[in-house]
Amino acid sequence: MNTELIADYATAALLIIGAIFALVAAIGLLRFNDPMKRMHAPTKIGTIGVGALLGASVVNANTANDGSFHELLIMAFLFVTAPISAHFIAKVNLHKRDCDTPPPPRQDETWATLQAPDDDPKDKAAQTS
Amino acid sequence: MTQELDIVQLSVIMAMVRLVIGPSVGDRILSLDTMVVNAIGLIVLLGISQGTQIYFEVAMIIAMLGFVSTVALARFVLRGDIIE
Repeated sequence: MNTELIADYATAALLIIGAIFALVAAIGLLRFNDPMKRMHAPTKIGTIGVGALLGASVVNANTANDGSFHELLIMAFLFVTAPISAHFIAKVNLHKRDCDTPPPPRQDETWATLQAPDDDPKDKAAQTS
Repeated sequence: MTQELDIVQLSVIMAMVRLVIGPSVGDRILSLDTMVVNAIGLIVLLGISQGTQIYFEVAMIIAMLGFVSTVALARFVLRGDIIE
């Protein structure tokens, strides 16, 4: 069992893992019934799916010809930017009131609310006192 | 090789179905982001099947453009303006 054969098997395994995770992400995006639940399915392809495909590309390039590791740049970029875009999409869902509304704040505790500051009775009480 | 291309293309199509039927704006932005990530995977697969390294820049630029467009769409929905 030489090195090229092992590299071919590793490439094939990584390709299959990436494709399966892409399919799982798409099925989850279609089947979940709440916008906030739908947000968690496509993170699979964002991390493991593209990660496995880029890993297959790295392994394949390093065995076929003199490859390099600059596919890892794309992976690092995706890992950095995926939480930022997920945060913005969650803020859109909260802003549009598409998800379940958060529970009301308990009395005498400081919680973040969805109410505007003028409608917040606690804030009004703080202003008058 | 071609089976993986087929599967990733199928997931692009499923994300596009969610883009069409998605009831809210957040779903549409999310499925556009998913389609961009799937496109990166497709381009990487194309580069593996052709055995070249020239698709690396294409995937990098699509990743950057996808992130910027997702943030721009979300900011437009949130603030009513992209650059204020």
